[in-house]
Amino acid sequence: MRVVATVLGFGALACLTCLLAPLVGSTHVSLVRAFDRSMPFADNVDAQIFFVARLPRVLAGALVGAGLAAAGVVFQALLRNPLADPFTLGVSGGASVGAMLALTSGLSLAIGPVSPVPLASLAGAAGAALIVYRLATSARRAMSTSVLLLAGVTLNAFFSAVIMLLQYVSDFAQVYRALRWLMGDLDVGGLGPVVAAVPLMTIALVLFALLPSALNQLSVGSDAAASRGVDVGRVQRIAFISASLATSAAVSLAGPIGFVGIVVPHLVRLIVGVDHRLVLPASALFGAAFLVGCDLVARTLFAPVEIPLGIVTAMIGGPFFLWLLVRRG
Amino acid sequence: MILSARHVSYTHRSKRRTAAFALRDVSVAIERGSLTGLLGPNGCGKTTLLRLLAGILQPDAGTVTLDRRSLRDLTRRAVARRVAVVPQETHPAFDYTAMEMVLMGRHPHLAPFELEGPRDVDLAFAAMGRTGTDHLADRAYMTLSGGEKQRVIIASALAQEPEVLLLDEPTASLDLGYQVEIASLLQRLNRERSVAMIIATHDLNLAASICDTLVLMRDGQIQAQGPTREVLDSDAVQRLYGVAAEVRHHDAAGHLIVVPVKRW
Repeated sequence: MRVVATVLGFGALACLTCLLAPLVGSTHVSLVRAFDRSMPFADNVDAQIFFVARLPRVLAGALVGAGLAAAGVVFQALLRNPLADPFTLGVSGGASVGAMLALTSGLSLAIGPVSPVPLASLAGAAGAALIVYRLATSARRAMSTSVLLLAGVTLNAFFSAVIMLLQYVSDFAQVYRALRWLMGDLDVGGLGPVVAAVPLMTIALVLFALLPSALNQLSVGSDAAASRGVDVGRVQRIAFISASLATSAAVSLAGPIGFVGIVVPHLVRLIVGVDHRLVLPASALFGAAFLVGCDLVARTLFAPVEIPLGIVTAMIGGPFFLWLLVRRG
Repeated sequence: MILSARHVSYTHRSKRRTAAFALRDVSVAIERGSLTGLLGPNGCGKTTLLRLLAGILQPDAGTVTLDRRSLRDLTRRAVARRVAVVPQETHPAFDYTAMEMVLMGRHPHLAPFELEGPRDVDLAFAAMGRTGTDHLADRAYMTLSGGEKQRVIIASALAQEPEVLLLDEPTASLDLGYQVEIASLLQRLNRERSVAMIIATHDLNLAASICDTLVLMRDGQIQAQGPTREVLDSDAVQRLYGVAAEVRHHDAAGHLIVVPVKRW
C-alpha cells in the first residue's frame, strides 16, 4: 500500500515536471496551441518548439536523472556505503576517457542516429566496469565489495590523469569541446539519441526491479542476507551490472552529471525512510523530476546564456549534501 | 538430530598464498531442542563451522545435513526458513527502524515481490515481545544500546521461525548485565519454544551456565564433544587455551564455573 502511494506520488511529480518544463523557456509556449491538431505541424510554432526543441531535452533529462538516481541507490546498498554514487566505481571515468578519445581524435564512426562520442563513452564505461568487476571477483570466492570500492576509486584517479593527458596533447578547440562534454549537457539534438538510450536504460530498470528486498538484506550485511535465503553472489552481480548499465547509458547520453546519484537518494530517504522497496522506485522518479528541474534552471536563469548542467547540479547538490552531513551530526 | 556436519573440511582459498585449512574433518550432531556451546581459541574455526552449518559457505569435503537432507539439495530460502543466525554485531548501512530490522527476518517466508502482510507484522511484534523490545519498535536501530540491538537481532532471528538458531559470540561486546540478560533470554527461548541453539562463545561461564552440550575446537578440529559436565574440566581448558584454570561446581549458581589460576 505504501509502495503504491509512494510510486503514485513521485510518479505524478515526475510527469508534471516533464509536462511543464517544456513550456518554460526564453520563448513562451502555450500547451493548448502546442497540442492543437487543427493547424499543420509545419506552421505551428508552439508545437515546433515544444516537440522538437524542448521535449527531447526534457525526456533526456528524465531518462538520465532516473538512471543516475536509481544507480546511486543500488551502488550505495551494494557497497554498504551511503556516500557511494554512480561514479564511485570508475564507470564514469571510463566513459569520459572514451568520449575524450572520440572528441580529440575526430573519429567519425557512427551507428544510425548515435554519434561517435556516445558510442566511445559507452565502450569506455563497459571497459572500466569489466576491469573493476574482474579485480573484485578474482582473488576470492565471492565478490569483495572493499576491493570493488578501492579498485573503482583508483581507476577513477587513473582515468582523470588520462583525461588530462588527452587534453594536454590536444588543440584548444578540442579541449574546449572536451571540457564542455565533461560539464554535462542535455541538449542532445533531437529524439534520436534519447530513443537509442532507451533499450539500455530499460534493461537496467527491469533488473533494478528484481533487487529492492535483497538490497535491504544486503545493507544489513552479506552474511545476514545469506542466512535469510538471499543468493548474495547473484544479487551482487545483478546489482553491479544493472547499475553500471544505467550509469553508462546516462553518461553516454549527457556526460558525467554529478550529484544526482547521491543527493536524490538521500533526499528521498528523508521523505520515505530507508526501505529499498520505496527508495528505489521513488529515487528513479524523483531523479527524473530533479534533473529536469535543474536543467530548467540551467536554461532559464541567465537566458539566453545557458549554464552547463553539471555546474547547476553541483551548486544545488553540494550545499545540500553538506547540510545533510551537519544535520546528521 | 536436526542439523549435522559429517567429515566436513573447508579451506580459505586465495590464489597466491598456500591453502590453509580452516576446518579439517569436523563432525558434529545437533539434537532437536538442544543447547550446544562451541568453545575454542580465536581462529580455531568456530565462525567457519557456524557459517557452514547455516549454508552460508559450502564445504570442500563432507556434508552438512538438515533433517537428513544435504544442504546442497535445498534452496537457500528453504534452509533459511529453518535455520537462523545471530552475528556478534550487526551494523546496517542505513537507518532502519527496529521494526524494519525484525521484519527482515520474514524474508525467507515471503515469495519474490511479496510484501509483509498483517501475519508477518504480528509475528514480528510477538518476537519483539519475547525479547522485551516491543516498546522499541519505532526507534531507529542505530540509536539503541548494545544490549537492545542484540535483543532486536535475536527478535529478527525469531521472526524467521527457525528450528535451529546459530549464535556467534552473541554477548561478546555487552556488559555483565546484558550478558546475563541475553543468556537467560536464550535459555528461556530454548526451553519454551524448543529452538535448538548453537552458541559460539569465549565466555566459558556463559557456556557452563546454559549449555547442555559442548563442542571444543582447536586448530580447525574437534577436540572433544559431549555433555557439559563430562567435557568441561581444567585439562580441557589447559588444552584449548594453554591456561591453568580451576573448574568446579558452584552451589549458589547451580552450574560449573571456570576460574583461571595464576601460575608464575
